Amino acid sequence: MTSLPRDPGPVKLGLVIDLDICVGCHACAVNCKEWNTSGHSAPLTDSDPYGADPSGVWFNRIHSFEVVEDDGDSRTVHFPKSCLHCDDAPCVTVCPTGASYKRAEDGIVLVNADACIGCKLCSWACPYGAREYDEDVGVMKKCTLCIDKIYNENLDPRSRVPACVSTCPVGARHFGDLGDPQSEVSLLVAAREGYELMPEQGCRPVNRYLPPRPKRKPERAAAVAPAAMPGGVETAGLLARWVDRMLSR
Amino acid sequence: MHPAKSVILFTTASGAGYGLIAWLGVLAALGLLPAERWFGFVAFALGLGLVVLGLLSSTLHLGRPERAWRAFSQWRSSWLSREGVAAVITFLPVGLFALIWVVAQANQGPAAAVGLVASLCCAVTVACTAMIYASLKTVRAWSSRWTLPVYLVLSALSGAVLLNPLLQAWGLPLAAPFAWVVLLLLAAGAAVKLLYWRDLDRGAGISSAESATGLGHLGRVRLLEAPHSESNYLMQEMGYRIARKHAARLRRIALVAGFGLPFLLVALGLALPGGGALATALVAVALVALGLAVERWLFFAEAKHVVTLYYGASRA
Repeated sequence: MTSLPRDPGPVKLGLVIDLDICVGCHACAVNCKEWNTSGHSAPLTDSDPYGADPSGVWFNRIHSFEVVEDDGDSRTVHFPKSCLHCDDAPCVTVCPTGASYKRAEDGIVLVNADACIGCKLCSWACPYGAREYDEDVGVMKKCTLCIDKIYNENLDPRSRVPACVSTCPVGARHFGDLGDPQSEVSLLVAAREGYELMPEQGCRPVNRYLPPRPKRKPERAAAVAPAAMPGGVETAGLLARWVDRMLSR
Repeated sequence: MHPAKSVILFTTASGAGYGLIAWLGVLAALGLLPAERWFGFVAFALGLGLVVLGLLSSTLHLGRPERAWRAFSQWRSSWLSREGVAAVITFLPVGLFALIWVVAQANQGPAAAVGLVASLCCAVTVACTAMIYASLKTVRAWSSRWTLPVYLVLSALSGAVLLNPLLQAWGLPLAAPFAWVVLLLLAAGAAVKLLYWRDLDRGAGISSAESATGLGHLGRVRLLEAPHSESNYLMQEMGYRIARKHAARLRRIALVAGFGLPFLLVALGLALPGGGALATALVAVALVALGLAVERWLFFAEAKHVVTLYYGASRA
């Protein structure tokens, strides 16, 4: 049934992505591909991978944006994006076959590849570009939040997080229950004023993004630097200051 | 959006077929059409042929066409599923109506009631097709309030343009008054399409690169580096840009071929004797087919998806 769950449970598993920390190394996308190409939605087909026009299925992509401030100053923000596992997922309700569904127990949005007809309507309905079409198999695929990893009892409990989270070398990705206001991820979102993407599209995504921290401006940095510099005259002891004054004459 | 030929053929051909059958039902109920066997046979064959051609074509763009039957199950939430269900249900009254008309040569009384139900089902199916697009908030050009009227009017128009030469060929007394209906529909078609384009050109879209990234509070956002050096599925399916370059010229072609010239030809047909009127009506069919194909191609190609905001667009 592609109607959204009438009785969604309290658990909303999702990701919190820290744009202040992400360095844009693409490791999360690579490990996503690595895990999922033999996981729930395997394979993540590539076509012409070593040829002139390679393309393939990816559940996670890293875009890099430049943000130009009013004074002309700019900054680079690396921006990983995968399925946001929306509460009002339009990809689910448009599906004509029931292949696309949202789980009531944890909010994960999945595709049943055995029922998908590959009409691509879900990819048209998703504002975030989370839906992928596998040309080879003729069905739609998407981020599963590593459903075959996060519940896998053969793995060490610490490893039961999505592949993108476990591989991030800088700790810019967090995984947890965003439906529980006291969970670590919810507290992080509250502390850092995490936000949802394109709220105007009305999809109520679960994933949250943490904004880059305010940037230090060069003039402010210059004013602050001398005071912070250890070994300066102002912070020196009485004797050193007397010697400094004598020698400065 | 990528203009898939199968989907363009599906929406235009099935729209014309449903339009033609709907006219047969309405005009028969009004007692304006004789229940003549061969007229009925040709008209229903043409209408049902176009509908079947369109529906079969719509399965061509599926990754797994052999599973298409599954699409009848989710009518509670999905307009695509509703469209499939409506299309199948519509075959019942339409088939029955065609059978009574052609075999029993009757289209009055109970047969007319079946015909009206068939007409209603045709309209509902076309409306469902329109709603597949109109319900997508991610594509501003489609979620326009003019999408549904455009699909309904153009379906009625193309059906009427097809019926016109049939009426002429059988020399039916309805031919001359119906030509006025065709003229009216051509004007209405051009009007809704112009209103649709005016609406499209005026708005700016509710989403922006700033809202897509949530970084608007820091400044203006532009794409610095795409995720891949090469294209991907999303860019091919959603990032189609060729049409926008020629949009103004293609709109003129659609207006002139689809509405302007057919209007002149059908008007000219009113002044000509039987053979001349039939000839102009047939040329009008060819021109409307060309015009609506361009119109439908633009409907897809001009439409911009919000996901392009992650690939360099600033507003969608």
